[in-house]
Amino acid sequence: MKKVMMGNHAISHGATLARVQVIAAYPITPQTQVVELLSEIVADGKLKAEFIKVESEHSAMAACIGASSAGARAFTATSAQGLALMHELLHWAAGARLPIVMADINRAMAPPWTIWTDQNDSLSQRDTGWMQIYCQSNQEVLDSVIMAYKVAEKVLMPIMIVLDAFSLSHTYEIVDLPDQALVDKYLPPFDYKYKLDVKNPHTYGGLTTPDWYMEFRVKMHEAMDQALVEIKKEAGEFEKIFGRRYDTVDPYLVEDAETVLVTSGTAASTARFTVDQLRAQGKKVGNLRMRVLRPFPFADVREQLKNAKKVIVIDRNISYGYHGIWAQEVKSALYGHSKVPVFNFIAGLGGRDIFPETIADIVALVDKKKKPDQELYWVEVKR
Amino acid sequence: MKPTLPLEELMSPGHLACQGCGAGIAMRVTLKALGQDTIFTFPACCWTVIDGPFPYSCLEVPLLHMAFEATAATASGIKAAMDALGKSKTTICGWAGDGGTFDIGLQALSGAAERNDDIFYFCYDNEAYMNTGIQRSGATPYGAWTTTTPVKHFKKEAKKSIDDIVAAHKVPYQATASVAYPEDLFKKLVKAKDIRGFKFIHIISPCPPGWKARPEDTVKLARLAVQTGIYPIYEVDGGKYVQTMKTPNRKPVLDYLKLQGRFKHLKESDVADIQKMVDTRYAELEKRFSEK
Ligand SMILES: Cc1ncc(C[n+]2csc(CCOP(=O)(O)OP(=O)(O)O)c2C)c(N)n1
Ligand code: SF4
Ligand SMILES: [Mg+2]
Repeated sequence: MKKVMMGNHAISHGATLARVQVIAAYPITPQTQVVELLSEIVADGKLKAEFIKVESEHSAMAACIGASSAGARAFTATSAQGLALMHELLHWAAGARLPIVMADINRAMAPPWTIWTDQNDSLSQRDTGWMQIYCQSNQEVLDSVIMAYKVAEKVLMPIMIVLDAFSLSHTYEIVDLPDQALVDKYLPPFDYKYKLDVKNPHTYGGLTTPDWYMEFRVKMHEAMDQALVEIKKEAGEFEKIFGRRYDTVDPYLVEDAETVLVTSGTAASTARFTVDQLRAQGKKVGNLRMRVLRPFPFADVREQLKNAKKVIVIDRNISYGYHGIWAQEVKSALYGHSKVPVFNFIAGLGGRDIFPETIADIVALVDKKKKPDQELYWVEVKR
Repeated sequence: MKPTLPLEELMSPGHLACQGCGAGIAMRVTLKALGQDTIFTFPACCWTVIDGPFPYSCLEVPLLHMAFEATAATASGIKAAMDALGKSKTTICGWAGDGGTFDIGLQALSGAAERNDDIFYFCYDNEAYMNTGIQRSGATPYGAWTTTTPVKHFKKEAKKSIDDIVAAHKVPYQATASVAYPEDLFKKLVKAKDIRGFKFIHIISPCPPGWKARPEDTVKLARLAVQTGIYPIYEVDGGKYVQTMKTPNRKPVLDYLKLQGRFKHLKESDVADIQKMVDTRYAELEKRFSEK
């Protein structure tokens, strides 16, 4: 059934279709509609779930950890300050190998106070052991929530579904709401082998000496490697049932492109619009949209960028004193495999719009350079 | 002789508690009362260690170790899952030290109490951060030495009244208990188990290394804490205060203080100050006990 809905409601519908059993969440702009709609759906009895209206994001994640440990499918959603407050427990959820799914609406970090989008909130959680999936459309948001449980429950690692504040969270698009029966066919109920069980009591997370700690970590890393296999497999499985395909990266006219713009989130849509314009002028430009941050799709990135003469990474985030974060990731994937120069542009922080002209200007600047003469370039900043 | 507690043990002897650890006794009695159909979550605290290192555990019930400040919310999450999975009969317990309860975990505790989530919240109170080496907590009493309140600057603030804080949430059931009175604790838990909603159990649990006391004095100290009126044991059932261990002839606080090295530095006048504080607090509680 086709419906017009905002990105935030696409999350709520995704969670509902995935038949989540425990929801624990705390409000923060721009995430609020996610939990408002879910609390209504649960209160109306349309979803059989327990909704814990916790007193903080920290407790939201704690409750999800408790619920998931007990064998329930757990869900939460947050943004920026809320995600940062959860930080300790993000490590905990991953270390405890719990397939929790969380939506993060990318909002820039304070101070100064802001509610608009950029990716520093989620990207600074990169090393917590959460998979991270960056979405470009409301349809992808809804579908990704459903797929997330499939992958997470297979490899027992948590997943964060990430979308831009306002340009996706509050933007209305046509979304195909899949049939519950089809979703049920795709996503079986959660059957957690390691659940807290009074008939088979075990202790989880106890004090571990240097004799064993690394063995837990290697298993987490291997689970992430396996997750990459599962994500690629599920791209096909999901497509078979629902007719839509989501892979680790999403290439657009890259095959013959001399310059490839690497973007993530909604900036990719703008980049594609610009690519079309530039192509019309005869410029060989393409776009590679990064969808999965962790597990990082090394092979796919190398493959997609193998013909490029220049790579431009537009980062809506910054690692102060270093590069944009996607640029670091892409460069490290290419190192030793390719000599293609990588130009890093920082744009759109704190929700500043990234216009087609912004991107066209970036391409024009790069056209004039053989290789980067700066570590990174700030786009359209007042000085 | 007829035993006053069930003989069944759900805590095995291979645990790592120090000799004379009150927190160990508290758990042992609690498990006797709650039985096998029980799930625990622990924050960082001495019990993280007492339970045993991976892959061992001295408990015969499921246990989820969790972060320091998250006990109550974690228990709420487990409970929600058990409800969602049709296993509502299982008793869900958060089990935390005084630091994890009075201080860093207070927010989550207040949240769960306000929501009246159907869980037990236990605080075994040894009156300091013992796991990290005896630093003061909000539960450390006036006058005590800890490693962050050294003898020259002993703790000048009174113990935070966590029981009053919880009572302000008007939870269905709360109680204080002492490891010197296991039958009293047992009775309270058996009763509370059948009460739906938030249950708060605060157990005074002497700690020989932290209190600089002799391990063989643990039970004696836990008893003196009650008999001096420093730690009256009572329950609040549906808002009604009932003193479960009457102390008509209270002993002087000195009897309790003098057995502990952590109070050794106190002058006579300090002890007199403590006696006064205890008397005031006791009178306050007595009023509540006598309310009909
Ligand atoms: C967020 C965080 N801060 C600090 C610590 C270090 N820490 C672990 S246990 C502990 C003290 C625990 O004290 P209490 O709750 O009274 O339990 P006890 O050790 O006395 O049994 C501290 C400070 C931690 N684990 N997590
Ligand atoms: S330090 Fe104190 S509370 Fe901790 S195990 Fe030893 S006796 Fe028990
Ligand atoms: Mg303590």
